[in-house]
Amino acid sequence: MSRRNLLLAGLALLLFWQGIAMIIRQPILPPPSRVGVVLWEEITRGALGVHFLASLWRVVASTLLAILTAAPAGLVLGQSKRLNALFSPLIYLLYPIPKVVFVPVVLLFLGIGDLSKITVIFLILFFQILVLVRDQAMGLRPELVLSVRSLGAGRLALFRFVYLPASLPAVLTALRQSIGTAVAVLYVAELFATQKGLGYYIYLNGSALFNYPAMYAGVVAMSLLGLGLYFLVDGLEKRWCRWQIVS
Amino acid sequence: MIEVEGITFAYTPGKPIFEDFTWTAGRNEAWVILGPSGCGKSTLLSLLAGLVRPQRGVIRVDGQLLTRPRPQTGLIIQDYGLLPWATVRENVRLGLRIRNFYGADGIHAPRDYQPTLEVEPWLERLGLLSVAEHFPGQISGGQRQRTAIARTLVLNPDILLMDEPFASLDAPTRDSLQRLVLDLWVERGLTLIIVTHVIEEAALLGQKILLLGHPPNQTAHVIENPDFLHPEYRDSPAYRDLCRELRSRLEAL
Repeated sequence: MSRRNLLLAGLALLLFWQGIAMIIRQPILPPPSRVGVVLWEEITRGALGVHFLASLWRVVASTLLAILTAAPAGLVLGQSKRLNALFSPLIYLLYPIPKVVFVPVVLLFLGIGDLSKITVIFLILFFQILVLVRDQAMGLRPELVLSVRSLGAGRLALFRFVYLPASLPAVLTALRQSIGTAVAVLYVAELFATQKGLGYYIYLNGSALFNYPAMYAGVVAMSLLGLGLYFLVDGLEKRWCRWQIVS
Repeated sequence: MIEVEGITFAYTPGKPIFEDFTWTAGRNEAWVILGPSGCGKSTLLSLLAGLVRPQRGVIRVDGQLLTRPRPQTGLIIQDYGLLPWATVRENVRLGLRIRNFYGADGIHAPRDYQPTLEVEPWLERLGLLSVAEHFPGQISGGQRQRTAIARTLVLNPDILLMDEPFASLDAPTRDSLQRLVLDLWVERGLTLIIVTHVIEEAALLGQKILLLGHPPNQTAHVIENPDFLHPEYRDSPAYRDLCRELRSRLEAL
């Protein structure tokens, strides 16, 4: 996909939005030009920036936490047949459960602060990364490990030169697949008892203040958050996993 | 150089692959281990590489008891063991990176090791410069094998172990790589041990040939092949006679 095509697609979407807004002519669908102005005002003079940063912090913190716990766990399970046999039924049962249904439960147990929101997103990403890294590590041929050991690698060097690079594509694939869900769940989590975050901002402007242009500015900001993270992961994949693309 | 003294090794208890097996290989010799599938050829190579340990008996290299992979032994496995995510150049550098990672501790790298990442002469010697930035998935089987050889020789080994190194190559590539390996053997003063199930290959590459039969292997059957480096050896009656002898002895084992 070229940048030009992406830009054209973005323009087409904006035009479509503009067209519908001109046909409907209702306050509930302001045109993108108006939303753009409000977005700028809300960022520079309003509190949208703060809400954006609050949401960004929750996604980034939960993502890092998920990578740091799920990737090593996946590597261990992928390399140990016995542990995998022990845990895989559990993972099999837990993996398909939509984690968003735990939002109220997590809120009850962990309170209404950042921790509960981070935990919910963490749960989604954790299983996704765990399963993909485990499968990737299971696919590592024992001969490969043997031959690297024969070059003098002990446990640490194996981790650094084999397991880490081998699990990287799985981590990035997992992130790419689940970043959309993570942002969606963030929205749901931010609807509950909080005063910071894009979810709260959208809900407040849409359902309490009836400030529709501001609500759309929030929607655009949330989309940009998701898109930005997606682009970041995509870029990292192109940079670090070039071998998967070219070979 | 390599002394295998009365080793017993089994993957499953009660079914030994080697039983009280003794064998010696001298410095700078070119050995081929020949035998049918499942005879324990690759197992012997893993034992010599220090990747597995015998249940009984000992293996000594240069008089030192072998308990773990030694930094001066190079091993090239059947499907080359290249990292799919690293370029040819980075694959060739892998052993150096591992040594730089640990430093000259005498366990992972020789005590006199000087940290380096210099691999260009080897890339050039093995004709890999043009594919140095390619990934293993993008190059031919012969180039992969050359990469694996370069990766091992960069570490300046004194023993080179190769497991079925030419099995998946087409005939012309196989011939040129066989010659290359023998050239390198002479040039670097290596102790070379190649595992194969192909009789003709054993006759062409082995100064000495160790025959293994169906397990358990208790005795080392060794056949000398002093003329193997002779330029016209491939077309000589001696070569054909040896192939015949190897075939009949393998059937008898």
